[in-house]
Amino acid sequence: MVLKMVLAAAAAAAVLAGSGAADAGATLDAIKARGSFKCGVGTGTPGFHYPGSDGVWRGFNVSICRAIAVALFNDPNKVEFVPFTAQQRFPALQTGEVDILSNNTTWTLTRDSQLGFNFGPTVFYDGQGFMVNKKLGVKSAKQLGGATVCVQPGTTTELNLTDYFREHKLQFTSVVIEQVAELRAAFFGGRCDVYTNDSSALAADRSAATNPDDYIVLPERISKEPLGPLVRHGDDQWFDVMKWTVYAMIEAEEFGIKKTNLDSFANTNVPQIKRLLGMEPGMGKALGLDDKFAYNIIKTIGNYGDIFETNLGAGSAIKLERGMNDLWTRGGMQYAIPFR
Amino acid sequence: MAGLAHPKTAPSAGLDWIPRVWNNRLVRTTLYQAVLFGGVIWMFAYFTGNAVENMARLGITSGYGFLDRPANLPIGEGIIAYTPADSYGRAILVGLLNTFKVTIIGCVLVTILGVTLGIMRLSPNPLLSGLVQTYIEVIRNTPLLLQLFFWYVIVRQLPAPRQAFNPLDGVFISNRGVQIPWLEADAGLWWIASALGLAILGSLAYRRMAMARQARTGEFTPVLPLALVLLLVLPALAAWLFSVPIIPTIPELKGFNFVGGTSLTPEFTALLTGLTMYTIAFVAEIVRSGVQSVAHGQWEAARSLGLRDRRILRLIILPQALRVIVPPMTSTYLNYAKNSSLAVAIGYPDLVSVVNTTMNQTGQSVETIAILMAVYLSISLSISAFMNWYNRRIALTER
Ligand SMILES: N[C@@H](CCC(=O)N[C@@H](CS)C(=O)NCC(=O)O)C(=O)O
Repeated sequence: MVLKMVLAAAAAAAVLAGSGAADAGATLDAIKARGSFKCGVGTGTPGFHYPGSDGVWRGFNVSICRAIAVALFNDPNKVEFVPFTAQQRFPALQTGEVDILSNNTTWTLTRDSQLGFNFGPTVFYDGQGFMVNKKLGVKSAKQLGGATVCVQPGTTTELNLTDYFREHKLQFTSVVIEQVAELRAAFFGGRCDVYTNDSSALAADRSAATNPDDYIVLPERISKEPLGPLVRHGDDQWFDVMKWTVYAMIEAEEFGIKKTNLDSFANTNVPQIKRLLGMEPGMGKALGLDDKFAYNIIKTIGNYGDIFETNLGAGSAIKLERGMNDLWTRGGMQYAIPFR
Repeated sequence: MAGLAHPKTAPSAGLDWIPRVWNNRLVRTTLYQAVLFGGVIWMFAYFTGNAVENMARLGITSGYGFLDRPANLPIGEGIIAYTPADSYGRAILVGLLNTFKVTIIGCVLVTILGVTLGIMRLSPNPLLSGLVQTYIEVIRNTPLLLQLFFWYVIVRQLPAPRQAFNPLDGVFISNRGVQIPWLEADAGLWWIASALGLAILGSLAYRRMAMARQARTGEFTPVLPLALVLLLVLPALAAWLFSVPIIPTIPELKGFNFVGGTSLTPEFTALLTGLTMYTIAFVAEIVRSGVQSVAHGQWEAARSLGLRDRRILRLIILPQALRVIVPPMTSTYLNYAKNSSLAVAIGYPDLVSVVNTTMNQTGQSVETIAILMAVYLSISLSISAFMNWYNRRIALTER
């Protein structure tokens, strides 16, 4: 009882008591003074954010924060990861408990305005789906009338769920559990007929099931879920560092610059590449970073495609297609803003 | 030297009132309290000002306007009708009633089972009292949250709906909960409920009269037969008079789940079981110490009157033990109510769960926390007030 309430009350109290932590530039200044920053992630989803058996955090969202650590300090370990449930994440960012969230949070109007956040580039274009046990013989979400649905509270997921069933005039019963590990156990244990989440998260959870082949993700995508990192209002420089770290990784992929072939570009005469990799000065400096920040990111972390493939794509157990997350030049939606 | 020897001769220029006033007890305590009070007010003002300023800077809006907006939240169960199109205010009400439901049913169960367990603990049979003691030790020394997870896992092990146990016609036990037949909720049901209430009141009044008569004349009048008649006849009469259609609905498997009847969900069942099993261990200890606090001579005196042990316990020992039992029981009930907020962990949509989600979706942390605190404070104060009233009622009246 108390734990939850104390946490929530502490969060509120921290909003109450929080000093002027978010004066312009103050977050970035404090991070630089501390020599590291705090990144809020999920509690554990394969591919996206999970602690390895060695206690080291790994995953796609984790790589985004490590890339920011490289941009700032040229060291992927100058970041501390703090896990949150969907319910806990927003107060944690608002009150300054963490400096950034990189945890599959959907960019929405309310969060961007009323909750006081700024969203960075969408690093994963997603949509909400439904997963069911094959034994039920369900082929489409439209057949889900009367089903029991497992869902996480404090998410866009629960809102889209009620929208969808209202729109299609279907009844359902919900089981709402905050800890995603408990929620998965409830679904895989048969408490619910359906598990709904961002479809990428469904694929990730399915890959971790004892018998993944017993489950299918239904074809419908009932929402748009642009997932990306976010910071709180009030420090535009910090916001810029976050945005341009992501763009650097996408821009690198657009030019075919990978972790493995980075040094073959040492003698390039393409001006855009020279600016990106800091052979021509100015870009990093404009952000208050080292001019070689993008070079360092690609060297230590890789480009956008690298972190996608190793964590979520062919190099992982989840085997997601690039799909919408391919580069715009290949029919996808990932598109870097020009480095100039 | 001289100053030490004659302190009061020192010329004090008319300031000798200072120590006089300062040493006045009333003045000093008033002053201390005023300073403390001022400090609290200042702190409160400081935090409020800070909060307002910080929220304004982060662009967080405030106020209670969100309570009227559609909630869109899925809520698994409730005792009043709710759809996601309803407002946040109603969603919070659904959560509140769910908290009441588990607390009220729980407190009744805890009282009955806890007293029973406490008396078993005092049994002269070493096997029985030993078993109860082991139970109490195990339960009191493991975290409640762990116990809730344990019960939730247990109820989830039940078979899927299509393989549900069907011990009686219309009763199904599965991992979707326990489904039982129920009466169709109709406005007329209120008449039946009122008639039932009337029957209960009538029976109580009759019992009072019977007891008064026994005190006066020593004659014993049985109460149970009349009470049973009242309890059966009045509701039936109401049903007939107001021609309330009593439509039973029987659960049956349709599609994914059971429809019809009513159900105890796994979340509610696990929460109620977990909280009750946990709390009765404390109640048992309270009852044991209460009974043991009654002088042994009371037993002996009662036995010498020829009363049997059961009656001694009920008529002589327990009423006296109550004076020791009631005050700690108050905090036990309070703990039960507050512990019920652990519901969030196993997905029972109680007040905390709904309010947390509201806070997350609307960003109104301060307002929602204020609602939570106000509600828990009212629940706690009501329980305290009731128990204090009861405590005064049973207090030793000296004649
Ligand atoms: N995209 C949805 C879903 C939220 C979501 O998936 N949240 C993440 C992190 S806060 C999560 O719960 N992941 C599972 C985990 O904790 O590992 C939203 O933003 O509301």
